[in-house]
Amino acid sequence: MYAVFRKELADHFNSIRFVILFILVLLAAVFATYITIQSIRGAVTPTTEFVFLKIFTTSGETLPSFLFFLSLFIPIIGIAFGFDAINSERTSGNLSRLLSQPIYRDAVINGKFLAGLAVLSIMIVSVVAIAAGLGLRIIGVPPSSEEVLRLIVFALMSMVYGAFWMALAVLFSVFFNRAATSMLASIALWIFLFFFMSMIAGAIANAQVPIDQNSSLAMLTKNAEIQGMVGRISPCTLYGEATAALLVPELGSLNPALMISTLAAGRMLTPLPFNQSLLLVWPQVVGIIALAAICFAISYIRFMREEIRSI
Amino acid sequence: MGQVVVETKNLTKTYDGFTAVDGLNLHIEEGEIFGFLGPNGAGKTTTILMLLGLTEPSSGTAQVCGYNSTREPLKVKRIVGYLPERVGFYEDLTPKQNLRYTAELNNLPREEAEKRIGDLLAAVGLSGVADQELSKLSRGMKQRLGIADIWVKEPKLAFLDEPTSGIDPEGIDDILKLIVSMAKRRITVIFCSHQLYQVQKICTRVGILAKGHLVAEGPIDRLGRKTIGGGRYHIEAQVAQSDPKLIDSIKRVKGVKEVQASGDLLLISCDKDLRGQIAKLIVDSGSLLVGMKVEEYSLERIYKKYSREA
Repeated sequence: MYAVFRKELADHFNSIRFVILFILVLLAAVFATYITIQSIRGAVTPTTEFVFLKIFTTSGETLPSFLFFLSLFIPIIGIAFGFDAINSERTSGNLSRLLSQPIYRDAVINGKFLAGLAVLSIMIVSVVAIAAGLGLRIIGVPPSSEEVLRLIVFALMSMVYGAFWMALAVLFSVFFNRAATSMLASIALWIFLFFFMSMIAGAIANAQVPIDQNSSLAMLTKNAEIQGMVGRISPCTLYGEATAALLVPELGSLNPALMISTLAAGRMLTPLPFNQSLLLVWPQVVGIIALAAICFAISYIRFMREEIRSI
Repeated sequence: MGQVVVETKNLTKTYDGFTAVDGLNLHIEEGEIFGFLGPNGAGKTTTILMLLGLTEPSSGTAQVCGYNSTREPLKVKRIVGYLPERVGFYEDLTPKQNLRYTAELNNLPREEAEKRIGDLLAAVGLSGVADQELSKLSRGMKQRLGIADIWVKEPKLAFLDEPTSGIDPEGIDDILKLIVSMAKRRITVIFCSHQLYQVQKICTRVGILAKGHLVAEGPIDRLGRKTIGGGRYHIEAQVAQSDPKLIDSIKRVKGVKEVQASGDLLLISCDKDLRGQIAKLIVDSGSLLVGMKVEEYSLERIYKKYSREA
């Protein structure tokens, strides 16, 4: 498996795909950080505790935050490094040659997946590190140890999220014979989950519990609850919630209903300690890991059991 | 008797109701070039895939060098090279890098692999393009690279599935020569092809598969004797007029097995190429010799006969 892993890794690093994506992500990150730093003054008050994390979460007047950029790009990177994993080998006639070598069949799919994951991780870590370094250089406030910990967990979380999208793309590459089809399928699913899922969640919630200006607090929370529940079908929502809780410690709860009532009661939002934030995002993390594992398991089983007739 | 390399016993494969290979018994020994023939869909590729352990047989067993292909596929793949019909390489790598990857997958030590790759690229005549991108190579070159690719692991057995399809005549000669030199290095070769002339040129033994059955198997001249009958050579002489006396005198020539007359044609079957003597007899008898043709057993005739029977 090591040979497959090494070759795939070398291929990724030499590919134009990698260079383009890396430049794109890097530019977006640097740009977003820069804009954020411009507008960070407005977001930070003397009582703000986690100034450094604000680099990643503050959005400018016209531009969204670094976090938003990353949540947009991670699925694209994951899909880009996974969508043609198996079917390109098949169409190029390499698969039959590869499978007649003395390696276990799963070494092919495992090696490819791990190589993609390695590239993805390197990209995420370097982008986060560059943004952090840039921020440190400009605002001059060093991160506290808790902030560093939160950032590390955030990076790990992002890798898991990327792994899910890659697993999904690999799944399509096992099932569809053409690389174009598997890419379109992955992108379509991403667009659906990223853009439409929240709309669908809102529509379902409004159909169940219609609200207007005169609605009671109970109605509002009920509506928000349904919306949250439906939205969590999408891993995009899960990732959004998890990263928000990690990078915005003031976020006391991921339950929209609970937040509404907290705000309504006029209580102050106090930052959660690190371990409590971790506890808060744990279900989301497990959800994404489970989704990634399911996608990978299906493609693994399909690839292993596939009978080779003529290749 | 050499060492048995391939042995199948009642090998059968059924794909949802359709029997692709039916009770196949193959026995191939070391150093042979075995021509594996049969129409498309006769089950040749399925047999190869079963021998490689890539497809499970429905019943029966397949063994390569004593290893069971189904139970010990890794051991089999270590000693078997497979050149598929539509072979592909990584287009963005050079021929050398492609071979290096194969060597790595076979766990060859680095230095030994480098040396072997260099030697092989020279042997298949690709040293000049070893470091060029693969997309610049012609089809014939890629096919030769395919042969180098299976040779890298120094297999005991090589499956070549249509290695000469779509290649120019010179390229075909190169590939046939490479196959012969492989066999000289004690690599057993199973050669699948529809180019019967090429098979006849290099194969020591052939097996004809039709609808999953092995309908004929053996050295070409033995098959020829069995199917076509008579001697190895068939001479067709056209004379102005044939008379029984001439036929009798030809029959007495040593080596002639059979003479038949049909109109002005004499069909003579013999062990050697006796054209000279026969021509002399015809001319001496006072008849005119209009034309003469000689034909060896052609695999094509054998093949057509068997595939028609099946």
